[in-house]
Amino acid sequence: MDLATQVREGDRRALGRLLTLIENDDPEGLEGLSALYPHTGRAHIVGITGASGTGKSTLVNCLAYTLRHGASRPTVAVVAVDPSSPFTGGAILGDRIRMHDLAGDRGVFIRSMASRGALGGLAAATGSLVAALDGAGFDIVMIETVGAGQSEVEIARTAHTTIVVEAPGLGDEVQAIKAGILEIADILVVNKADRPGADHAVRMLRATLEAAYPSAEAGSRWKPPVLPTVATKGDGVEEVAQAIFRHREFLVGTGRLERFRRDRARAEMEMLLRESLFVHWRKAKTAGEFEAALERVLAHQMAPRQAVETLLAGGKV
Amino acid sequence: MPQKKTRVLVAKPGLDGHDRGAKVIARALRDSGMEVIYTGLRQTPEMIAEAALHEDVDVVGLSVLSGAHMALVPRVLELLRGQGQGHVRVLVGGIIPDEDVPALKALGVAEIFGPGTTTHSVVEAVRKAVATGQAEV
Repeated sequence: MDLATQVREGDRRALGRLLTLIENDDPEGLEGLSALYPHTGRAHIVGITGASGTGKSTLVNCLAYTLRHGASRPTVAVVAVDPSSPFTGGAILGDRIRMHDLAGDRGVFIRSMASRGALGGLAAATGSLVAALDGAGFDIVMIETVGAGQSEVEIARTAHTTIVVEAPGLGDEVQAIKAGILEIADILVVNKADRPGADHAVRMLRATLEAAYPSAEAGSRWKPPVLPTVATKGDGVEEVAQAIFRHREFLVGTGRLERFRRDRARAEMEMLLRESLFVHWRKAKTAGEFEAALERVLAHQMAPRQAVETLLAGGKV
Repeated sequence: MPQKKTRVLVAKPGLDGHDRGAKVIARALRDSGMEVIYTGLRQTPEMIAEAALHEDVDVVGLSVLSGAHMALVPRVLELLRGQGQGHVRVLVGGIIPDEDVPALKALGVAEIFGPGTTTHSVVEAVRKAVATGQAEV
């Protein structure tokens, strides 16, 4: 029996194996993912991002637990990304440390993933792993990004609902109005809300959002709620779960989910096409031509752009 | 382009609350280019086996300082085999009396490390264990 069939039948060892093969760009992984693809599109994908130490893993633990013990008891898969060392390629993947409450629940599957050099807060294969977990039949797939600062916004292109986790004392009003990570939030969580400064952080974020979402537009746009939580105790986490369901309804009701899928599929195909074209082109050209052009650039005889145009035009460098 | 990384689960089964050694080993394995899933303290054998399944690791490293290794380690091995992960190599570090070593090795533990082991020798043992594990698949 092939891996994809075993995965569809609920074989968790086969699922673990398939995720590794996909992550390693193994042809068998691509085959498995292709076989699962007709079963994808059902899962709601939730991204959890925010700076290091804001409590992302603890929130994921508590949120998954809350969902599993709520009325609809959805099955939950988690992909938790941690950074790879740029020097050795090694990684410590420590997100499971905070996810003990989920142990022993067969409706939960947690996979740690190293970023392997990717910079957007996810790994290059994260989207494919999420698709495999969707195809495996999980109702909700959560993605925890690496500790992210201001520009790791890749998650918003992958997740249907993006949760940005903040903690008190991390920044002032200017931080809040900078472009970047706050703009991608569908739900803003101020975790560690039992700490001093939490009320201020919630008020400040709400005020910032008020300014960004004039009341005239109420109803037509999604206004991100700002929700205080204490994830270590579970306080406020039920409200986060409810906000995810509300956001899902909003996306479906306004047709935005369909648009998101279309944009996402287009972006992914364009990216893969770019990669493949590059590989094909390099195969068609002799290595010598590229090297010769490289030498011209190094000798300052040609600008890089000029060298590339010449190579593409098929001319002699 | 296919790229294979060695994935290692480092876990502390049982109740002792001392994980400096496990963290040092995790760090050394990371520095040798491996992906190390670190699960923290007070893991049951069931939690360790579940994590090994989800994470599809090549190697499980167990750190036991409590003296309960003759109960915990065989249980982890049994669970791994029961879930079709008999190929996963298991290494044990900690306070393991010499007289228990032959029994653990007979059960299938690839290597056992006591106090004073260099991180280098652990990294080498993991590499060797991965190589033999793949040869058997």
